[in-house]
Amino acid sequence: MGSIGVLLVSHQVIPYLEQELNKRYNLFRLWDFPQKSQLLTQHGASIRAVVGDAFAGADSDLIEALPKLEIVSSFSVGVDKIDLGKCKEKGIRVTNTPDVLTDEVADLAIGLMLTLLRRICECDRYVRGGNWKHGDYKLTTKFSGKTVGIIGLGRIGAAIAKRAEGFNCPISYYSRTQKQESKYKYYPSVVELASNCDILVVACPLTEETHHIINREVINALGPKGFLINIGRGKHVDEPELVFALLEGRLGGAGLDVFENEPHVPEELFGLENVVLLPHVGSATVETRTAMADLVLGNLEAHFLGKPLLTPLV
Amino acid sequence: MILSPHIKTSKSIQQPSNSTQPNKANMADLNESIEESQENNNLPKVFLHGPPEFSFILQPNPSHNFHILNPSSLPPLHQFLSLNPHHASSIAAIVCTGGYTVNADVLQLLPALRLVCTPSAGTDHIDLSECRRRGIQVAGAGNLFSEDVADMAVALLIDVSRKISAADRFLRRQVQNVSWNFPLGSKLTGKKIGIVGMGRIGSEVAKRLEAFSCMISYNSRNKKPLVSYPYYSTVLELATDTNVLILCCDLNDQTRHIVNKEVMLALGKGGIIVNVGRGALIDEKELLKCLIEDEIGGAGLDVFENEPHVPKDFFSLDNVVLSPHAAVVTSESLMGIRQIVEQNLTAFFSNKAPITPVI
Repeated sequence: MGSIGVLLVSHQVIPYLEQELNKRYNLFRLWDFPQKSQLLTQHGASIRAVVGDAFAGADSDLIEALPKLEIVSSFSVGVDKIDLGKCKEKGIRVTNTPDVLTDEVADLAIGLMLTLLRRICECDRYVRGGNWKHGDYKLTTKFSGKTVGIIGLGRIGAAIAKRAEGFNCPISYYSRTQKQESKYKYYPSVVELASNCDILVVACPLTEETHHIINREVINALGPKGFLINIGRGKHVDEPELVFALLEGRLGGAGLDVFENEPHVPEELFGLENVVLLPHVGSATVETRTAMADLVLGNLEAHFLGKPLLTPLV
Repeated sequence: MILSPHIKTSKSIQQPSNSTQPNKANMADLNESIEESQENNNLPKVFLHGPPEFSFILQPNPSHNFHILNPSSLPPLHQFLSLNPHHASSIAAIVCTGGYTVNADVLQLLPALRLVCTPSAGTDHIDLSECRRRGIQVAGAGNLFSEDVADMAVALLIDVSRKISAADRFLRRQVQNVSWNFPLGSKLTGKKIGIVGMGRIGSEVAKRLEAFSCMISYNSRNKKPLVSYPYYSTVLELATDTNVLILCCDLNDQTRHIVNKEVMLALGKGGIIVNVGRGALIDEKELLKCLIEDEIGGAGLDVFENEPHVPKDFFSLDNVVLSPHAAVVTSESLMGIRQIVEQNLTAFFSNKAPITPVI
């Protein structure tokens, strides 16, 4: 197995994964090469697998440049950085890491809601700055009982709903089609959902249809007492519109784990108290990242042994 | 102290105007306020035993079946009574808050007192047995604050586990466009939670964390027959068997420093403590030591032993989240407590029982 060429396109995977890939395969790291073209010329023909993540995947150009490519295994559940159509066309397998990170991302979504509404980060800053001399921090907003609107009622959306119900939050949702078995209230459009909830959460995959699903109309519908939580992908949100809305007070606040052009964060957000900003940590615990890594390794192993893949998408 | 006047509220309470120079233009006002004070003379008297501007705790248009003696809550009680000794025997009720004690000494000064109304979740500032002995009723906040306090406990727990405040801090300081390299957090779902104090607040915390598939067990003074979670008769045993301790109990002689070094070591490295009770439930010096030396994983603290003083050594730690006793400082709780105080006073002075009796 040591002669199988595997290309790792992101340095943000955990060390454990990188070490194991290195042990098991002939590992090429994209960032070791000053020019991508150099890597492709020298080693393109020996690469049979690509390992990516939420930050970097396999676009059409890369796929075309790797004639022996058989499988793309993503260290993430979202695969918007992978040209799925191209993979299908060429018979290249694609795997991701569903289920193992569902709880983690849902926990973070609720964490964002709580820290945003209750201004926990601001409270912490206030105390750390030695500002607590007398009296209290300013009034914040109660979380329990607020209506939570979820875009995308898949595994992660359903896990968020279950947790929010523990806080007596009524749940409503939007998805491409209504889920007949669901007890939650369905809205046929995102604008209607936004008009009828206090906290709007993006929990759907990023596709052409869901690109900028949070636009000016939706933000205005959510309104100055409404809150946006994004644990999906940065490109779900029209970021400049979001920034304007926050600066102009048209939106109550935002909890963001993802941004359109990571690692770039709009600077205007840094001065705001009604935002919580996180460096894409949705699945970022030791336990979960290890489980994700094992899934990537398990899928690759299964593929090269001719066994059924563990979590195939294509 | 909980809910004090320096919070930013949208409406401020109207203070009565004081005209010190009677002249023709002010005579009408003066006549009116004389009439008013004659009316007020017949109403039962209520004293505000709290910080300056404590009147924020009252509804903007308070009921007319009682009279607030000291709307500005200045000067404080002892001074007020020495300046106005005639009032001592007319005060029928006091509204007091954390930090403003109602003990035997205070009760001694108020022979006509029949009701103590406290807009707080805790009652450690009131000598309940002395009140009982004197037949004085005590009204609290009932169940009003339980959800907000439980939400704060869970907020602190998720923040510490997933490093939310630390990550937000990190991101705001980052040089733009440099890859993010931030330490991993630890998983919360499925963790074993030990709740100290299974009263109204503890139950709300348990209910929320059950939705995260956490396993709940608890310690309290006595086993609760209607509670199905596993019971531990000591906090030490609870800490040994859990990953997280959440303190939701009263502060009294038995619970002071109930979380000590032994308990923290039993909880172990990676263990997390959340305190939404009272600061003195934890040996704060020892907690700081354990955090610095990595004997426990982290702590989420809304309360401290000597508020508002917080030991500076906490400020450089990334494994703590610090909050300025803000568990009930929400718009919803403020609206709610104003209603409850009003309802308790109105009911009591209509010879009905208080709405939210503590004893």
